[in-house]
Amino acid sequence: MKLDGSAPGRLVKAPENFLGTPDIRQVMAGRRDFLRRAFVVAGAAGATAAVATRVQAATAVAIGEGEPAVLELPAHTKGLGQPVVTDGYGKPSQYEANVQRRQSPGLTQSNQSSVSFAPLQSMFGIVTPNGLHFERHHQGWWDVDPTRHRLMVNGSDPALLRRPQVFTMDALMRLPSVSRFHFIECGANTGMEWGNVAVPTCQYTHGMLSCSEFTGVPLRVVLEMCGVDPRKGRYVLAEGADGSSMTRTIPMELVENGDVLLAYGQNGEMLRPENGYPLRLVVPGVQGVSWVKYLRRIEVGDKPYGTKDEVLHYIDLMPDGRHRQYTSIQECKSVITTPSGGQVLLDKGFYSISGLAWSGRGKVKRVDVSVDGGRNWRTARLESPVMSRCLTRFNLDWVWDGKPALVQSRAMDETGYVQPTYRQLRAVRGSRSIYHNNAVQTWLVQESGEVKNVQLS
Amino acid sequence: MSSSRELLAAWLLVLAGAAAHVQAQAQVTTPYAGIGRPATPAELAAWDIDVRPDFKGLPRGSGSVAQGMEVWEGKCASCHGIFGESNEVFSPLTGGTSKEDMQTGRVARLTDRAFPGRTTMMKLAHLSTLWDYINRAMPWNAPKSLTADEVYAVTAYLLNLGGVLPESFTLSDRNMSQVQGMLPNRNGLTTDHGLWPGNTMGTRKPDVSAVACMKDCAPARLVATTLPDFARNAHGNLAEQNRLVGPQRGADTTVAAAATGTAPAVSAGDAVAAAAPAANTPAKPPATKAGAADGAAIALTQKYACVACHGMDKKILGPGFQEIARKYAARPDGLDYLAGKIKSGGSGVWGAVPMPPQTLAGGEAKQIAQWLMEGARK
Repeated sequence: MKLDGSAPGRLVKAPENFLGTPDIRQVMAGRRDFLRRAFVVAGAAGATAAVATRVQAATAVAIGEGEPAVLELPAHTKGLGQPVVTDGYGKPSQYEANVQRRQSPGLTQSNQSSVSFAPLQSMFGIVTPNGLHFERHHQGWWDVDPTRHRLMVNGSDPALLRRPQVFTMDALMRLPSVSRFHFIECGANTGMEWGNVAVPTCQYTHGMLSCSEFTGVPLRVVLEMCGVDPRKGRYVLAEGADGSSMTRTIPMELVENGDVLLAYGQNGEMLRPENGYPLRLVVPGVQGVSWVKYLRRIEVGDKPYGTKDEVLHYIDLMPDGRHRQYTSIQECKSVITTPSGGQVLLDKGFYSISGLAWSGRGKVKRVDVSVDGGRNWRTARLESPVMSRCLTRFNLDWVWDGKPALVQSRAMDETGYVQPTYRQLRAVRGSRSIYHNNAVQTWLVQESGEVKNVQLS
Repeated sequence: MSSSRELLAAWLLVLAGAAAHVQAQAQVTTPYAGIGRPATPAELAAWDIDVRPDFKGLPRGSGSVAQGMEVWEGKCASCHGIFGESNEVFSPLTGGTSKEDMQTGRVARLTDRAFPGRTTMMKLAHLSTLWDYINRAMPWNAPKSLTADEVYAVTAYLLNLGGVLPESFTLSDRNMSQVQGMLPNRNGLTTDHGLWPGNTMGTRKPDVSAVACMKDCAPARLVATTLPDFARNAHGNLAEQNRLVGPQRGADTTVAAAATGTAPAVSAGDAVAAAAPAANTPAKPPATKAGAADGAAIALTQKYACVACHGMDKKILGPGFQEIARKYAARPDGLDYLAGKIKSGGSGVWGAVPMPPQTLAGGEAKQIAQWLMEGARK
């Protein structure tokens, strides 16, 4: 059963799906009748109220005496439900099975050195459920036995750290812990879009992004226990225990601030194996590659380390042929997750435009939203909590009139930095740098209700 | 601080803290008694393997280009190609550099927008990086299995393939810094940017400064790029990648997009199955995953690193599991044939790259073969 061209721009309201074309014509007729009355009665209440009532009216006509969903009591209202502990670790509803992290086809040629993207289009608030956290592995993931895991702390020179130590997980978990909410974003997030639109949905454009409450010990505490000399040792090397033994250089400034954590907790439970169980580094505001998983060693040094992921990857190619090295901060960025690419709006009328904003330099101060491709902007509501180097949820009321709309968000952080457009970003960095694309994202809501990923000239 | 008493109290606290700090330094004690233990020299030697750009941490040893070729062909070529040029599994390691680049230390092709991709040799600015990475992470499926001399040899061979070293060269800890001076892109890195969160490098300033204009901001804009129609379903059916309830559904990308302004992309008939659960048509939960036996077989393919060469549904080096399943589904002796092939290996059936013989525990080859014969469910 398909709608024909008799209802241009008219979208299917889910409960009306059983209607045939003639029925729909009747609905449309009824709606027009009602519209007249609505304008008489609620004239002064403004367009928002009128359109909202109009949609309800259309539904009211369609359902006649009442919906079966209301009139016919379902089994779960009339029967006995399931017992406790049917599942010792509960799972999402069976109806939520579409909400999955996914690979982007063709992006990588092996599954162990690859990435999966978090389904941002289906998530609420700011916290990423642990099973949906994006994944990036360089040489496959492991489920490491925590009783055999060790953290070694040493110096590149004995003068930089006087007492090299080995810590068990038992030892680290005895230390006073802190819990903090932070986003983690891969430096290559949105990297496929530098040159042109390449992927359809915000899962693939922005899904190398997650946000959790991390629990662990400030690295500073452990370095002080080991007799660090932070005047000489201005760099820290973090190294993983997996086959790739990932290494990245971290500036001592972030460690001294107490920002960098040796984390074992994520959203109230232990880290997931895919995210570095039992121990990973948390480096707030810095790209995910520095959040070394399966963390086995911390070395304090007086020079940066020039590791594989600082010399051959995670370097940003500039138009002059030079690569920027040690690019680490994730600059202020935002994306609208609903409505977003690949979705179809069910009807005209009211929507809450909703999205995520974040900055590696601090708190998000403001988010503006445009529905006309950046010509005019309205400031969105920031939902609490708003925390430093953490995802912030924003919302803005919108009544869609059924016409094409170019929907964008633009975030600003507490340093005053404003998220740039593609044009502004490319003017400085060209389009081949792969990493650190924080440009304003545009979604085109078409008259059909289908939303497309587009870039503007 | 509002009163002098509070000020005094604060200062006392600071002094107390400083005193405690001095004491901790002197007595080698911390507030955290009984936590941690000294690392032994053997433990430090086992784990402290990093090599810095100034070659701090580089162990003694040497290896020739010729020795490197032997290691390469046995352990590296299956992924990277005989000449490091392969694009099958990873990006090519060699190519794109010239003798002129070795003079300037800048790879000219990095400014050439028409040149496809970037090889390792085009990017490599520190020789230590190559040595350190091969030593810690290669071969991909058996990292840390090479001796120091083998790492020198493989590094030498790669540099020979990249046109940096002659065939007769022997690389060692004594000539690494000399070879560093020959790298084609040794001058190709910069830290002149605002994205380093410390004070020791970079500009500390963002390179783009935008203004948050609110009204009548820019001339009307045109859509410059979007996905071509042929790519509509390239990421799978988006209807199955969105929640079944809420203000929107996923577009059914298995059918062509609705012409703008006519019918909706979620058509009424499709919507029931693909996305929108109508009030009188209950939503069907998406299809369930494979059973326990499938899970066990998949676990074996991971345990024995079969998945390094075989994708679930697509070719990597060898055929995808589901490709194998389709090919042998109807073969009466398929189960025994596949179990035998897993154990004995072979080449020529799916391509020239040989599959080495595999050593599995009793029954495990058959378990995987059974799973393959049943369609290799995920």
